[in-house]
Amino acid sequence: MTVRREFALFRKQRESNAFNHIFLSILVVFSLGPVVLLGLNSIKSNSEIGLNPLGLPRQVHLENFGNAWEKGEFSRTFKNSVILVIGTVVAELTLGGLAAYSLARKNPPGANFVMIYLLVASTVPIWLYLVPLFFLWRQLGLLNTYHGLILIYTALNAPFSIFLLRSYLIGLPVELEDAARVDGANELQVLLRIIVPLAWPGFLTVGLVVGLGIWSEFQVALIFIHKPDMFPVTTSYFKFTDRFGRDWAMTSAGAFMMIAPVLALFLALQRRFVEGLTQGGVKF
Amino acid sequence: MAWNAGALSDSQSETKALKPLKPKRKRDNWSRYRLMRYLVVPWIFLLPILGLHAFVVVFPAIQGVYYSFTDWSGIGEAEFIGLRNFEEMFFEDQSHIDALLRNIQWMLFFITVPFIFALFGSSLLAKVKRGAMFYRTALFMPFILPSVVTATIWRYLYNPRFGLPTLVGYDKALLGQSDTALWAIAFADNWHFWGFLMVLFLTAMQGIDPVLYDAAKVDGANRWQEFWHVTLPGIRPVVLFMMMMVMIWAFLVFDYIFILTGGGPAGATEVLGIDIYKNAFQRFEAGYAAAQGITICAFAGLIVSAFAYLRKRGWDI
Repeated sequence: MTVRREFALFRKQRESNAFNHIFLSILVVFSLGPVVLLGLNSIKSNSEIGLNPLGLPRQVHLENFGNAWEKGEFSRTFKNSVILVIGTVVAELTLGGLAAYSLARKNPPGANFVMIYLLVASTVPIWLYLVPLFFLWRQLGLLNTYHGLILIYTALNAPFSIFLLRSYLIGLPVELEDAARVDGANELQVLLRIIVPLAWPGFLTVGLVVGLGIWSEFQVALIFIHKPDMFPVTTSYFKFTDRFGRDWAMTSAGAFMMIAPVLALFLALQRRFVEGLTQGGVKF
Repeated sequence: MAWNAGALSDSQSETKALKPLKPKRKRDNWSRYRLMRYLVVPWIFLLPILGLHAFVVVFPAIQGVYYSFTDWSGIGEAEFIGLRNFEEMFFEDQSHIDALLRNIQWMLFFITVPFIFALFGSSLLAKVKRGAMFYRTALFMPFILPSVVTATIWRYLYNPRFGLPTLVGYDKALLGQSDTALWAIAFADNWHFWGFLMVLFLTAMQGIDPVLYDAAKVDGANRWQEFWHVTLPGIRPVVLFMMMMVMIWAFLVFDYIFILTGGGPAGATEVLGIDIYKNAFQRFEAGYAAAQGITICAFAGLIVSAFAYLRKRGWDI
């Protein structure tokens, strides 16, 4: 290849990259613009939103957040959601972790059947069992309780969590476990002293993805929680926008408070989020 | 499915390597030890979550099959009526048929629009080095927002007083008219969803052999030819797998429609999910709702079988 031709190719490369950057920027505006707008609206007054819907605020109104916090009863709904998230994540990591370890390392008779079961289970449409599940839960007195919802969430996230943790555990070297066993460690000790410290990034990824899913979950919470005291942030926010739908400033401030912790975690640990959410595949 | 199947075969080779670690014991002791170590303990680890899953998913699913043959209000005794529910669903209940057609419209939207967005975004992003991480983060970000927040954002953007439509002089409520509401909701959901598809496609594109691109360049392929003959065939398995999943998900849609219109205006956005919700929890037709849930499951089964059949016929899915 002559120098001239190489130079021409080089120029073409740069031009084509400019093309890519232009269109990617348009897509970024499309994706981030609405979120930025939500942020701006949360610090405007309602009259300003009407007059100046797309521009920067002329005056910052932080009181929107206080109003939303009180009228949306965020202190209570945040607490409810945090309990659901922590409860589910702990149950999921413990029970799912045990199952994943068993599948990854023990390969007991029937392991292939378990894998196929989980694969099918993760694609079964939720409407097949949701209605009977509601009446079952009502019969068992599990409606409007934290543990009732945590049980459902743990079960529904099980296939994803077990698959992800299992593939993570398979990637770890077995030698350390064997060494610990030679030193006389029992199964539980191997699990707690060797597996968990080595596999924590996998557990963190699953915890983040499951936690995010519960924080944002709407459909199951809507059906299984009717008492306003027990509403998680999502269904409570839905009722809140139903009542104050015209108050764009306050509802935007409420939405912003709800997504602020999620956004902070996402920006800090985005590689894990993306990895977990895309490997899970079969979600949302 | 493809990813998990791959992981499955890995595990067997790994775990086989473990077994030669046999301690030397007496024969009867040994078999008891083996039973504990290779059967009982692993299953003790598996049972809690599998039991919970079976109790939350499988048991109600079986109950649902039973209820679908009954006329049950959700309270008291269920009366067995055979296939009456299914007969009503497909031959009498116009709202069920309309809902099903809306799910099909939703499906047609979701197997085209998000895929076009995602293929466009990922093929642009695959070529970029500077700022690639920023683009990926920004484009993926809407996917992590809760549906209630996405819905609030778009209800605002669609509002007829000062929302986006007013910028082009359109002052009707997109969500308030029967002919636009479903598409407006679908577009809001697409805004949230396509970044996820894009990241999946991007990951798949990184697995394409760069030699193919060099060859295409030497042959003088333009951007479109390169995409059509190298990129798209390279990521085809992922694209087709996601098409299958999206088709199944299209029958489950609930959140966005329930939050933005609740099925209105005048039932114009009532999809199967909304119809089942109302039948089960508002109209006291739990048996009928269970039957509707089973038909959704049957559609999902049909979609999966269709893809499995195509694969057997030699399509590389």
